[in-house]
Amino acid sequence: MSTARAERLVNLVLALLSTRQYLTAERIRGIVPGYADAASTEAFFRMFERDKAELRELGIPLETGSYSAFDPEGYRIARRDYELGDIDLAPDEATAVALAARLWDSPELTGQAHGALVKLRAAGVEVDDQTHAMVEPRVHTEPAFAPLLAAVQNGQVVRFDYRRSDSPDRLTRTLEPWGVVSWRARWYVVGHDRDRDAPRCFRLSRISGEVRAIGEPGVVRRPDEVDLLTFVAGSSGRDDRSPTTTARLWLAEGRAAGIRRHARVVGARTVDGIDGDVVEIDLYHPEGAADWIAGHGPDALVLEPDVLAKAVLDRLERVAGGGGGGR
Amino acid sequence: MSAATDRVPRLLALVPYLLARPGIRIDQAAQDFDVTPKQLRRDLELLWMCGLPGYGPGDLIDLSFDGDTVSVTFDAGMRRPLRLTGAEASALVIALRALAETPGVVDTDAVHRAIAKIEAAAGEAEPAGVVVGHGLREGERTAHTRELVRQALQEGRAVRMRYYTASKDEMTDRTVDPMRLLIVQAVAYLEGWCRRAEAVRLFRLDRIDHIEVTDEQAAPPPHARHTDLSEGVFSPREDHPEAELVLQPDARWVAEYYPCEELAELDGGRLRVRMRYGDESWMVRLVLGLGGRAAVEKPDELAVAVRERAAAGLARARHLALTQDQ
Repeated sequence: MSTARAERLVNLVLALLSTRQYLTAERIRGIVPGYADAASTEAFFRMFERDKAELRELGIPLETGSYSAFDPEGYRIARRDYELGDIDLAPDEATAVALAARLWDSPELTGQAHGALVKLRAAGVEVDDQTHAMVEPRVHTEPAFAPLLAAVQNGQVVRFDYRRSDSPDRLTRTLEPWGVVSWRARWYVVGHDRDRDAPRCFRLSRISGEVRAIGEPGVVRRPDEVDLLTFVAGSSGRDDRSPTTTARLWLAEGRAAGIRRHARVVGARTVDGIDGDVVEIDLYHPEGAADWIAGHGPDALVLEPDVLAKAVLDRLERVAGGGGGGR
Repeated sequence: MSAATDRVPRLLALVPYLLARPGIRIDQAAQDFDVTPKQLRRDLELLWMCGLPGYGPGDLIDLSFDGDTVSVTFDAGMRRPLRLTGAEASALVIALRALAETPGVVDTDAVHRAIAKIEAAAGEAEPAGVVVGHGLREGERTAHTRELVRQALQEGRAVRMRYYTASKDEMTDRTVDPMRLLIVQAVAYLEGWCRRAEAVRLFRLDRIDHIEVTDEQAAPPPHARHTDLSEGVFSPREDHPEAELVLQPDARWVAEYYPCEELAELDGGRLRVRMRYGDESWMVRLVLGLGGRAAVEKPDELAVAVRERAAAGLARARHLALTQDQ
């Protein structure tokens, strides 16, 4: 942006802030420096349209109106809509804000958070963003985040391609989005799935391609009784911390450290001339546990329960039979 | 956002910023706006040319310079910054909520107070439609480990710990000079100088089985650098071996869970991926555990190692069955 344009925009803001009356475009052309340079009326209007668009993009509330039906339309900026409200942050609050501003891993959101910091500083808040934090959390976002959030805030229906983790098929889904939810550092969108005619939750990382807003804003109504966080927590499941079964395993001496750290040694035993320990271990997800134990091959054998022993042997047989190791 | 489009917001914020800090040093102001002192002077010169219609001496923004400092003597009615846009308020408040849901970073009470104040000041721009829950997955034991790590960082002391290395499936005792605590994708890590490896390492707190804060001063060598996390916690290196796997539909989660390059969609919903791995024994455990749901196409050594481990496992299990029957 040229210096002349920046200067013109600042003058335009000052002029519109200082007026109670609506200023017509003609009047603005006459008083705000810079517009006099326009070679023709047409050139002026082109310039003025671009400037208005720029101000609106910056979030400046440009009002249009006139005092009576006989007056031409004019512009002004209402001070109460323009100005940031009073804000005063205690030092520990300011530290939290500074840290939050650098949490994002997306340049777009970092830029927006930084823009907010600039304004807070201008409101007199001391925010030291050079503070060295001992803890560096990161908020990871997906490309679908910004368009989905905008759709939620505008109450607009969205359409996107979605892939389930266990299938290559991308299906186009049409969703009335209720909210974007972060659960254990993963992002989800929750809403009414129009194709299924039911509430559904989608993981943002599995959305491929663009999120398209379709239809008019203000269409989507989020039901009052839905708790988004509970909905996502329920869908993603696996929050059950009570063990479903206790297993007895044989572990070769000095091996399978990952299993040992969760297990209790209850005896010793030699298998095929190899010394080892008999251990007990509480298991939470039997299927996952079979994968985990099978991964250790000859270093971990299941003594009981039989169903787990069989699940592990099945895995090893499938691999030995060529399924895992060969072409 | 480009430097050019940043300029107008900065110009609009500068006057109220200076009003709140009479006599501030120009280099300090430049630092706060993340620009060079030279750029800030250019901005001030521009503002000096701006003012209210009439644009006479009493209508223009007036600044007074004293040495390296600056004050506003006439603000032309620009006393407060522009309110936050919806996007700005969202970016800040969502990040704050994430911070509040991540224990051990800052005082959550302060975070909640900051959220309330920003939401109040943002007014209409208050972000709706985003909920943030549980920024950290940790059990009781890990929370205790985190407290000790925090203490060590605060007091600048080395820690001694027993650590489980998942890639090698082994336990080791290490002394570490802590550098910082990191939370990436809801998992907490200690970054520190490992005296055993003589390198900067990341330690997952839930894999620390025992930890004690020593009396020794933490002293990472001056050349110890923070880990680059732009690619995530495990960044495959060029010199790591590569495997090509074919995943059955019920093993496709592997491509989502580990850094992988998707090579081709095959019939029956199978997926061919390329994956780098740091340690062969880790890769063998992964494929073995997938129990036939993933086939190794390359390299041959890996395919052979996986088959041999499976055969050895079956042989030993048969022995076990024999001795159990006796």
